[in-house]
Amino acid sequence: MTETRTAYGIGGLTYDPRKRHLPQEVNVFIALVLIVAAFELLGRVLYGDSFLFNTRPNVDAVFNWARLNIIILQVSIVGIIALGVTQVIISGGIDLSSGSVVGATAIITMSFAQTALVNGNPNPKAVFGDLFLDMPVIVPLLVALACGLTAGLINGLLIAYTRIPPFIATLGMMVTARGVARWWFKGEPISFPTESYAAIGKGMMPVAIFLVLAVLFHLILRYTLYGKRCYAIGSNEEAARMSGINVERHKVLVYTIAGVLAAVAAVVLSSKNLTAQAGMGMMYELDAIAMTVIGGVSLAGGRGSIVGTVLGALIFGVIISGFTFLKLDAYYQEMVKGAIIVGAVVLDQWRQRRRQARG
Amino acid sequence: MSDIVLQTRGLTKHYGGVHALVDADFVLRRGEHVAIMGDNGAGKSTFVRQITGVERPTAGSIWFDGREVQFNGPLEAREAGIECVFQNLALCDDLDVPSNLFLGREKVLFNLGPFSILDRKGMRAATEAALQRTAVKIPNLANTIRNMSGGQRQCVAIARAATFASKLIIMDEPTAALGVQETAQVENIIRHLKAQGEPLILVSHNMRQVFDLVDRIVVFRRGRIVANLRKEETDGQDVVAYITGAKTQALEDAA
Ligand SMILES: Nc1ncnc2c1ncn2[C@@H]1O[C@H](COP(=O)(O)OP(=O)(O)OP(=O)(O)O)[C@@H](O)[C@H]1O
Ligand SMILES: [Mg+2]
Repeated sequence: MTETRTAYGIGGLTYDPRKRHLPQEVNVFIALVLIVAAFELLGRVLYGDSFLFNTRPNVDAVFNWARLNIIILQVSIVGIIALGVTQVIISGGIDLSSGSVVGATAIITMSFAQTALVNGNPNPKAVFGDLFLDMPVIVPLLVALACGLTAGLINGLLIAYTRIPPFIATLGMMVTARGVARWWFKGEPISFPTESYAAIGKGMMPVAIFLVLAVLFHLILRYTLYGKRCYAIGSNEEAARMSGINVERHKVLVYTIAGVLAAVAAVVLSSKNLTAQAGMGMMYELDAIAMTVIGGVSLAGGRGSIVGTVLGALIFGVIISGFTFLKLDAYYQEMVKGAIIVGAVVLDQWRQRRRQARG
Repeated sequence: MSDIVLQTRGLTKHYGGVHALVDADFVLRRGEHVAIMGDNGAGKSTFVRQITGVERPTAGSIWFDGREVQFNGPLEAREAGIECVFQNLALCDDLDVPSNLFLGREKVLFNLGPFSILDRKGMRAATEAALQRTAVKIPNLANTIRNMSGGQRQCVAIARAATFASKLIIMDEPTAALGVQETAQVENIIRHLKAQGEPLILVSHNMRQVFDLVDRIVVFRRGRIVANLRKEETDGQDVVAYITGAKTQALEDAA
């Protein structure tokens, strides 16, 4: 017989503290494993090739590291955005502007990261002529920070103090920031960053940056006042307000952090690609929201975690890469991506309804 | 020093054209337990929201602890020493019991502004102590409020108010969702507060409960205070007559 302990069980309820509810993240992880297994199976059946394992005889490895690296590299940049989107959605909002903020930040930041000499010749496309060339890397980084702060702050202030729905406010920012990105260099791309700027997104650096930020925000959401307030406000904004939480100030902070994270993604992306153009980051906001929702963050607010979002990002990456692996045409991939986003939201709605049914 | 804890003068609240609260003159003395009764929509909760800083009154003044107050939000009322169990409980469904108990005044280990580190162990221990004091039964503190029964939720809200109250507790229908045993428990908490000399305002529809617990009954009807009755000088029938409007009282001051 197992011993059951009742902490306050005067009501005759017994409670076994060892039997805990499995966290949502376990389900997401199981989903990840199942999806990988499905691709593995399909690959073996259709092409006699493995998705996960190394099949090249000249390489000495158990796993197909090339593919795995591509998957995490692919998702890490949008993943950085998704970390911010997670906080926004947990606190009951939504951010549609992140993709455009990436575009605007990338192109503005890149124009302050220009090298003076390209192959020994003067930089042919320097934005400000002779000015701002060969700046120390801190300069473009501060510019990026300023861009992210500005966009996030405007989002936050609009949402908190004018009571515009987050959907509308960030939609406005989405259009405006894209406009800024186009206007900045009249739609032309900007290339030729300094070496120190290019180093930021080199190799597996995007993955490292993503993981460090994920750990940081995981700790913040779990162990700090800020995190507690995200969940409280997303769960019941009125109750949070009645309890004396400054809901408005918190919202400004949340959207500002999301803006800054989008700016970080912009730096990593432009540095990795060695170029920035006005269309950069297009639709990233939707990918980020999809990752978040797949990871179990509820669009109704109050629920979810960074761990879930990281797993959601991996699922997203696995699916995209899996369809490439199955030699699915790029057009189909777009459609599949759309289906994933809608599917994730449908799943979230279903979860919400089930939760309500349980009371 | 006067023995008046809370006093309102001409307290009025309009929601657009709705005159939810009109000219309420109300007094609560030190150590006194007062019930507010009245039909649905009589303005009881509206009155509570004005004195707890949740809403700003349209007109009138509030005197608390010897001075006139104008609360800019519920936090100021709480800091002044008014705790309230709201009718809608004001709990966060997705948070666990300690998080709800300490909502808005979390214990922190290191103060880093908004990123202060929470003292999770400390809050858990304090929650256990608070719940034991109030004899509330909740099998698992780590459970979210969403998964709890109506009574358990109510108990969490009451435990929160009872834990932090310093000068005045207001309970808006605290036993509305409770079973017999739980109601008795809440009533015990209220008696305990009475014994400690903590003043209390109890909004309730339960005549037996009101006559069991309080010293005085104030009746609201259509946004106005229509009767102010000492318990010894009235009975259930009398109160019902005031609630339904069958009887009216000439009031100078609800004191
Ligand atoms: N925010 C609001 N906007 C408009 N009208 C409101 C608002 N809040 C309350 N009212 C109206 O004010 C009146 C008084 O409501 P109140 O909630 O104070 O009633 P109550 O006495 O607490 O009733 P109950 O016993 O049902 O809780 C009602 O007619 C209600 O519809
Ligand atoms: Mg009411």
